Amino acid sequence: MENTLLDEVFIEANVKTRQFEKVIEIVEKYKFQKSRLITILQEVQEEYRYLPQEVLTFLATALDMPVAEIYGVATFYAHFSLEAKGKYVIKVCNGTACHVKGSMKLVNALFKKLKLNENKHTTDDMMFTLETVSCLGACGLAPVMVVNESIYGQVGDKKVNEIIDSIIEAEGGAK
Amino acid sequence: MDNQKYITIDGIKLPIENERNVLELVRKADIEMPTFCYHSELSVYGACRLCVADIEGMGIQTTCSTPPRDGMIVSTNTAEVRQIRKVNLELLLANHDISCPTCARSNNCKLQDLTRRLGITKSRFKKTDKVHPVDRKSRSIIHDPNKCVLCGDCVRVCKEIQTVGAIDFVQRGSNTTVGPAYGKSLADVECVYCGQCVRACPVGALTPRPETEEVWKAIHDKTKTVVVQVAPAVRVAIGEEFGLEPGTVSTGQMVAAMKRIGFDQIYDTSFAADLTVIEEATEFITRKLKGEKLPQFTSCCPAWVKFTEQYYPELLGNLSTCKSPQQMFGSLAKEILPAILKIRKEDLVVVSVMPCTAKKFEAKRDEFYKDEMADVDHVLSTEGLSKMIAEMGIQFAKLAPESFDLPLGFKTGAGVLFGNSGGVSEAVLRFAYEKLTGETLSKVDFKMVRGKEGIRIADLELGKVKLKLAVVHSLANARQICEEIKIGNSEYDLIEVMACPGGCVNGGAQPVSFDPDYLEKRTKGIYSCDKQLQLHKSQENPYVKEVYQQVLGEVGGHKAHELLHTHFTGRQRIKNQTINIRNTQHPKIEVCVCVGTNCYNKGAHKILKKMMKYVSENKLEDRVGFEGHEDMVDVKATFCFECCERGPVVRINNKIIEHADYAKAKEVLDQEIFVYGELMEK
Repeated sequence: MENTLLDEVFIEANVKTRQFEKVIEIVEKYKFQKSRLITILQEVQEEYRYLPQEVLTFLATALDMPVAEIYGVATFYAHFSLEAKGKYVIKVCNGTACHVKGSMKLVNALFKKLKLNENKHTTDDMMFTLETVSCLGACGLAPVMVVNESIYGQVGDKKVNEIIDSIIEAEGGAK
Repeated sequence: MDNQKYITIDGIKLPIENERNVLELVRKADIEMPTFCYHSELSVYGACRLCVADIEGMGIQTTCSTPPRDGMIVSTNTAEVRQIRKVNLELLLANHDISCPTCARSNNCKLQDLTRRLGITKSRFKKTDKVHPVDRKSRSIIHDPNKCVLCGDCVRVCKEIQTVGAIDFVQRGSNTTVGPAYGKSLADVECVYCGQCVRACPVGALTPRPETEEVWKAIHDKTKTVVVQVAPAVRVAIGEEFGLEPGTVSTGQMVAAMKRIGFDQIYDTSFAADLTVIEEATEFITRKLKGEKLPQFTSCCPAWVKFTEQYYPELLGNLSTCKSPQQMFGSLAKEILPAILKIRKEDLVVVSVMPCTAKKFEAKRDEFYKDEMADVDHVLSTEGLSKMIAEMGIQFAKLAPESFDLPLGFKTGAGVLFGNSGGVSEAVLRFAYEKLTGETLSKVDFKMVRGKEGIRIADLELGKVKLKLAVVHSLANARQICEEIKIGNSEYDLIEVMACPGGCVNGGAQPVSFDPDYLEKRTKGIYSCDKQLQLHKSQENPYVKEVYQQVLGEVGGHKAHELLHTHFTGRQRIKNQTINIRNTQHPKIEVCVCVGTNCYNKGAHKILKKMMKYVSENKLEDRVGFEGHEDMVDVKATFCFECCERGPVVRINNKIIEHADYAKAKEVLDQEIFVYGELMEK
C-alpha cells in the first residue's frame, strides 16, 4: 500500500494534463475569437473551479489580446474567481428576505465551523469555500444555502452543522 | 434647396459639418466644455459626465456621446446642468487624494483647473479611506492610483493608439482601479514606456519618473564633471513651463539656464543624431544595393524597439543596428570626453534631457553599460529640467541666450529634425541623395515625408535607385505595417517609426499641454530650428567629420560599430510564468514548450498537445523512473525563451530545439529517455 501517496501525485498530474488539454480544446472550439472571451472564461473556470493566472496569460496569447484586458473582464464579473476554490462551494444567500431571516448568523456559524473569516474564504484543506450571494430567488425558504448543486432551505445553526458534518464524513472523516 | 443642417447651441445657430458629436459643435461655438475623458483621437467613452448639456426633447445628455441632428437645441448652462456638472466634479474630487502641493502635476492639472473654473470650494463628500500602493518600480513611469479619476484616457491611448494594452480597468464599481493585470508593476509587463498615458492623464496619476535628485547630487559633487545632452524636441517645448507659447524655440535660454544650474558642459543630442544619419543611411544604402534585410526600420525610438522585441522578433533583423542618438552620444562621450576635458572616466557623469519616458528605460538596458558603467548616467525629462530651473528661481524668459559647447554641441539642421515624425527620413534622404546621385543637394526640404497622417508613403528616385519610404507614427500604425510585411505585402525600403503621434515633440516626458494646437506649434518649431541653422546636412557637420577622422575611422567600420551600433533580441512580454501542467516535483526529464505569442502563432500549442499525449499514452512518466514514481517526464508550458525569431522553441532538459515540430521534439525526448535508461542500468 506504500504506493498510495505516489499514486495520488500521479493522478493529480494526469488531471492537470487533462485540464490543460481541455483549455486548448476550448479555445479551438471557439476559433480563437476574442468576442467569445466570456464564454471561454466560463468554460475554463468549470475545468479548474477558478481562473489560474498562468492559464489567463496563456489565453491572452491564444486570443491575441492583452492580459490586462482579460484580467479586467475576469475581475469585473463576480462569477469569475481568481483564487482556487474548495471542492465544495457554499453560497449563503444574503438577499433581503434571507438577511431578515438571519443569514448573517448562518455565515458566522460557518465561519466558526470551518475556521474562516471575512478575508479567508477557503479552508486550508481546499475542501470548502464560503461565499455570500445576493438573492437566489428562493425567498420562501429563507435563509437559503447552496452547496455546489444542492439547495438547503431554512438553515439554522443545528442544520448547518449537520450538513457540513455529513460532507466531511462522506469525504473520509475530519482531518 | 438648402440641405444644410443646423444646430442651436445656447441661442447660437451653427451649421453641422461632419462633426461626430455635439461636443465638437459646442467647442465650435467657442465654449470650452469641461471634459476629462474626451479626446478627439480616441474612442468616445462618456465616463466623466462633465460635458453634460440639456438637449430639447432628450433631457440631460453627455454631448461627447450624442451625435448632432438637424434642429437640435442645446443649452449648456441651465441651472440643472450646472448643478449636475458640479456634483459630478465633487464626486470625482471625493475619489482623489487632493495632495496638490506635492503633486508632480500641480502646475497643469485638469482637475484643479476645472475645480477652479466651476467654482467648487469644497467637496462635501466623505473621502474614501482606501490607500493604494504607488508603483515606483518602473524606470520610466510612476503610477499613483490614489490620484486617478478613472477617466480611462490612459487605457484607451495604450490600447487604441499604441495597441499595447498594458493597463486596463480592474474590478468594478467603487473598487475600480486602473493598472496592469494581477496588480503587477509597469516594470514587469508589456508596457513599452512610450509615456502616451502620461501625456493623456489629466491629473498626476501617471507621471514621468523624476531623476532630478540624482542629477543635483552629481552637480553638487565637486569631484564630478557633469555634461548634459539635450534632445531636439526639448527646445520647442520647455518654454511652455515658463509661460511661453508651445513651439517657441528657446534653445538659447535653455542652455543659459543649464549653465546656471551648474552643468559643466552643455551638448546637443542633435550632434549624435548627425552621426546616426551617417551610420544609418550608410547601412541603408549598403542593404539596398545588396538587396538584403529590407525594409530597414529605424531604431532611434526605444518604445518602438521594445515593441518589436516583444511582438515582432522575426523583424528584429530589419531594424537598423544603429544605437539611438542618446546612446551614441553616451558611448562617444565616455570614450572621448575624459581626454578632451582632462578628467578621469569615473568622474564623468553624462546626463541627458529627453522628451521621452522610454529613454529612461533605454539608458538602463544592459547593452548600454560598458565595464559596469552606464553610457548615459541619468535621464531627465523635459518637465524634470524645467523643475530644476524653477527650483533655482531662474527667470527663464528673461535669460540672455547662450550657445552649446563644442565639439559635441555642434549640429546641423538634419540632426534637429529628429524631433519630428518624418525627421529621421528627411535627414537620411539629405545624405542618401548626395551619396547615390553624386550631386550636391541644393533644395534640402523633402516635403513628402512631412505631415500629420499616421502612415505616409513616399516614392522617389535618387540617381538610378528607386526608393519607397514609409513614415509611421503611433504603434498601432507600426503594427499595421509589420503585419503587411509578415504577409509579404510590403515593398518598402526604409520605414521610419516613432511611437508617439507626431514624433518626439509629443513625447511622454514633455510638458502636458492643453493648447489644442500644441502639436502643430511644436512641429513647426523644429522645422524653423532647421531653417535657422547654417548647415542642413549631417555630412557637412565639421565636428562629425573630425570625430570620424580622429576616433571612429571609417563609416560603419570596426570602431564605429563598437561605439555606435548594438543588437536586439526577443523579449518576454510577461516576466516569469510557467504553466506546470503535470507539476511533477523532481522530474528527470523536463519538456518545456514555449507558448509565447510568436511560438504560439507558429503552432506551439499543437506540439504541446501532442507531447502531452505522447507522454501520457506511453506512460513515459514512470517508464523513466525505474526506481520509483518521483522520476518522471514532466511537460510544461512556458512563456518565451527570448529567441522567438527561431520559434517554435522546445526545451528538453538542457537541449533547446529551435524551429521545433512534434517529430523533432519526440526524437530528442526518446534520445534523452534512452540516455537516461543507460545511466540507470549502469
